[in-house]
Amino acid sequence: MTDLAARKARPQYRNIGVSQILSYRLPVAGIVSILHRISGALLFLFGIPFFLYLLQQSLTSELSFINYSAIVGSVLGKLVLLVLGWAFLHHAIAGIRYLLLDRHVGIEKASSHLSAQIALGVSLLLTLVFALKLFGVF
Amino acid sequence: MTTNRIVVGAHYGLRDWLAQRISAVVLLVYILILLGAVVFTPELNYFTWAGLFANVWMKVATLMAVFALMWHAWVGIRDIYMDYIKPTGVRLVLQVLTVVALAGYAFWAVIILWRV
Repeated sequence: MTDLAARKARPQYRNIGVSQILSYRLPVAGIVSILHRISGALLFLFGIPFFLYLLQQSLTSELSFINYSAIVGSVLGKLVLLVLGWAFLHHAIAGIRYLLLDRHVGIEKASSHLSAQIALGVSLLLTLVFALKLFGVF
Repeated sequence: MTTNRIVVGAHYGLRDWLAQRISAVVLLVYILILLGAVVFTPELNYFTWAGLFANVWMKVATLMAVFALMWHAWVGIRDIYMDYIKPTGVRLVLQVLTVVALAGYAFWAVIILWRV
């Protein structure tokens, strides 16, 4: 009887519901995967129009180039560039990992776990370097 | 072969999967070209920047990258819709809006480059 009660108390995860997202612990490869999706969505929603606008402002005339410089020189502009910069770096590096996995490079459990950690780490590291460059540390 | 085909489903084949990967490689190559061109430009100002994009090879490479990006984004965004948006009508509306946006962005890119 106590067995049955204990069994009933155990949480059951059949399909992941929205309310369970935070309590469901993903492996690193899963984190890289969902961030690949989120970064891709960010790049589509904000990245493409923002970078096309910057391309237009930077190329149209000397006057518009000054406007471009002002946008990328502002704090808000830099923050947007930082978020989109991370999105691009993560998407590109995780993407290279997926291309390698498609070629059956590193598909064993241990090596794919390692490459997921590398992809996550390298993209965050490069984002940090980009942030330091962006805010004029070097 | 599945029998319950729907109008907003995948195209049940290799083409989109392959296109997503080929366009990804095109984009990576373009980013490296752009990065290289910027690094090897001594001083970056309006004239050197516009001068870079005035080259025919740069316009062609940029347009190739733009079309690769549109195709790449289409496959990826459609994958997201197929995973999270279940009603066929809603998914169709979102897909149409996405195609319109991507086509618009592509034309916008052509116009930007045309004037340089």
